[in-house]
Amino acid sequence: MNVPPMIGIDSLQVAFGHGAQRMVAVDGVSLRVADGECYGLVGESGSGKSTVLRAVSGLNPDWSGRVSIGGVEQAATRSKGFFKTCQMVFQDPYGSLHPRHSVDRILAEPVAIHGLDDADGRINRALREVGLGPSFRFRYPHQLSGGQRQRVAIARALILEPRVLLLDEPTSALDVSVQAEILNLLRRLRATYGLTMVLVSHNLAVVANLCDRLAVMNRGRLVEELTVEALRRGDARQPYTQQLLRASQGYDRATADSFRDFA
Amino acid sequence: MSEPLLEVSNLRVSFPTRQGVTEAVRGVSFTLGREKLGIVGESGSGKSMTGRSILGLVPPPGRVTADRLAFRGEDLRTASDKRLRAIRGSGIAMVMQDPKFSLNPVMTVGRQIAEAYRVHTRASAREAKRRALEMLAAVRIRDPERVYDRYPHEVSGGMGQRIMIAMMLIPDPALLIADEPTSALDVTVQMQILAILDDLCGQRGMGMIFVSHDLNLVASFCDRVLIMYAGRVVESCRAADLHNARHPYTRGLLDSLPRLDDDRRDLPVLTRDPAWLTDDPAAEALR
Amino acid sequence: MTSQTQSSSWRAWLTTDTPQSRAQARLGRAWVGWCAFRRNQLAMVGLLIVLALVVVAALAPLLAPHHPYDQDLANRLQPPTAGHWLGTDGFGRDILSRLIHGARLTLMIVALVALTAPVIGLVIGTVAGYRGGWVDAALMRVTDIFLAFPKLILALAFVAALGPGIENAVIAIAITSWPPYARLARAETLTIRHADFISAARLQGASGPRIVLGHIMPLCVASLVVRTTLDMAGVILTAAGLGFLGLGAQPPLPEWGAMIAAGRQNVLEQWWVAAMPGLAIFVVSLGFNLLGDGLRDVLDPKGD
Repeated sequence: MNVPPMIGIDSLQVAFGHGAQRMVAVDGVSLRVADGECYGLVGESGSGKSTVLRAVSGLNPDWSGRVSIGGVEQAATRSKGFFKTCQMVFQDPYGSLHPRHSVDRILAEPVAIHGLDDADGRINRALREVGLGPSFRFRYPHQLSGGQRQRVAIARALILEPRVLLLDEPTSALDVSVQAEILNLLRRLRATYGLTMVLVSHNLAVVANLCDRLAVMNRGRLVEELTVEALRRGDARQPYTQQLLRASQGYDRATADSFRDFA
Repeated sequence: MSEPLLEVSNLRVSFPTRQGVTEAVRGVSFTLGREKLGIVGESGSGKSMTGRSILGLVPPPGRVTADRLAFRGEDLRTASDKRLRAIRGSGIAMVMQDPKFSLNPVMTVGRQIAEAYRVHTRASAREAKRRALEMLAAVRIRDPERVYDRYPHEVSGGMGQRIMIAMMLIPDPALLIADEPTSALDVTVQMQILAILDDLCGQRGMGMIFVSHDLNLVASFCDRVLIMYAGRVVESCRAADLHNARHPYTRGLLDSLPRLDDDRRDLPVLTRDPAWLTDDPAAEALR
Repeated sequence: MTSQTQSSSWRAWLTTDTPQSRAQARLGRAWVGWCAFRRNQLAMVGLLIVLALVVVAALAPLLAPHHPYDQDLANRLQPPTAGHWLGTDGFGRDILSRLIHGARLTLMIVALVALTAPVIGLVIGTVAGYRGGWVDAALMRVTDIFLAFPKLILALAFVAALGPGIENAVIAIAITSWPPYARLARAETLTIRHADFISAARLQGASGPRIVLGHIMPLCVASLVVRTTLDMAGVILTAAGLGFLGLGAQPPLPEWGAMIAAGRQNVLEQWWVAAMPGLAIFVVSLGFNLLGDGLRDVLDPKGD
């Protein structure tokens, strides 16, 4: 394939702390995400999946390796233009919106930062796009439910018309019925705009619902990459992936005893 | 049939607010034997409040009323504060979602477990320590001696929840109320902790109320399930039959879950019927 | 009847969940805050005292029965009478009139300090907290140096250096009272610096100043306003203390602290000369404290 991938990560390494306290959170992760693809990153806490996302997004500048977005090699600190290409949605809809900013202000800010025209039209369009409508425009976050907040967060990410959307556990703080709505919304947005997505989640079923391919991570390393079809068939090569699959089938006394730690 | 462990009839929890009184729990009734009873529902369904109200742990200004609220035949509504304290712990124990908030940060975990034992028995310090170490081993902590001298911030989330369970179970309660005990944990750790709870229930003949938002987990772990919606029990069934539930709310919840064994992409969205707020579940069952 | 329906429709407009414009949303928030504040009766008392101070200061020439500087040596040190409700001082000046005019000075001191010290503290604290690293270290060491001296002593030193006078007293008080605000703002900033909504703003491409000004400062302002209001009593007392020591307002200015100082020679025989300004200081300090307590209930985000 000669077309460069939308997201290319090569031997990414992220470490926190210095000296004896040094902890390698991500250790030599390489992956490619094609244009328009939805890629899942699955793992347990401490697997480094969110750390990969934060390095790609530019939130955490302390990494080594190579990261390219849209064929452009990225430095640790990003230019303002980068954020028009790549946006992120966070896990906790209660923490990701400023408690004293109205929806209007939240959505107007990125438009102002990038000096775009027609703020009014953009805000109304973005709200309609995420199924909220103009009546929500002047509300404050405390007047919204968790699902509505997450929709506002998605609208904020989309208002700059990015090509890449990074999703950090976007539904894990929501009720299952709301989770279904948000997953449907994300799928529709991806189809409409041809968005490239990276979805970080601990929930295999959520990843299978939205993604085409996924990578399983454990302790900072990429364990294996597989397609969603293979995941559905239970076709995992690595024992760690198989264990994750078994654990997601619900409680079973015998299965619980079979679990072991993978270093 | 032997005397039920817990009888709850027409339990109501209400909170006065500026706009009037909000009812978080609106007439919940059930009896519990030596079994694992799951209470599932979405946030705001009143499932946690139901669990808390049994122990009198509803935060003020909440008000709890019930036609009957009895633990082993003893009325919890009229029990004195002193009696309630005795029941909490030695009779009924509770495990919450986040162990970090429930453990004292400046006391080693071992001492906390030993203290919990000594509050309810007149055991010597040495006896308490021996029991605490036994208990740590019972929740499958590999090196109890070492963990005994750790502080809460020095242990992982999964380990903290095991310690919490050890602390709650050391006075040998007859009933354990577990409020989302594994929601903050990884799936594999979650399974291991559930296995511990499962074994302890089996060995000690303990009853358990398992409050959770996770339908699959409750279906596979519990014996019986209550499904709550807006402060009421809309359906109650055997856990194994949960996937054949009949109430449209339960069905809607089940359908909205993405599944690995089903490659449909668009998920059906739950449409809430206002009738669910007023339907009488008992009449529903008769129909 | 119509006025009643009108007022209830206003209330509905203010408390709606679906405001139609920015102004309506803002007014709605202010209204909810006002409703919460109004339920605290002590805070309302505090607000009334502060408002009364403002009114008295604004209308001082109209309210005062005499000119504050008019001396009447024949009637010096008179007890309260019908002609002089609060008596006269050592120069036969009407104490009530001096108190009324003194309200202007008190209000000026309070306003100037409230507009400077918390603003300096807010800027230093939020910048230090958000930037971290050497900026934080440098700014906080400066703050520590100021905090290491007792406030009144430091203010005394500044006034001594700048020369006595009410403007210099205000400057000295402002210079010595910003460090606690800086500490407070920094502590608040540290708790919100890693919040997701700050990360989200960074991912929008927002610059450091934009984040500090638009995202961090609004969240620190609430606790600073509360703290400032509570500190106003202390500011009035410090100003009075400087006045008492002869380093603040100079005679014949009717500053309350200076008035107490002037009355102290005859405090046993003619107690009202010192007691009346003391009472005024007490009432106004109390008013600010009650107001601050009420504001804390409304503005403190932890109360949500």
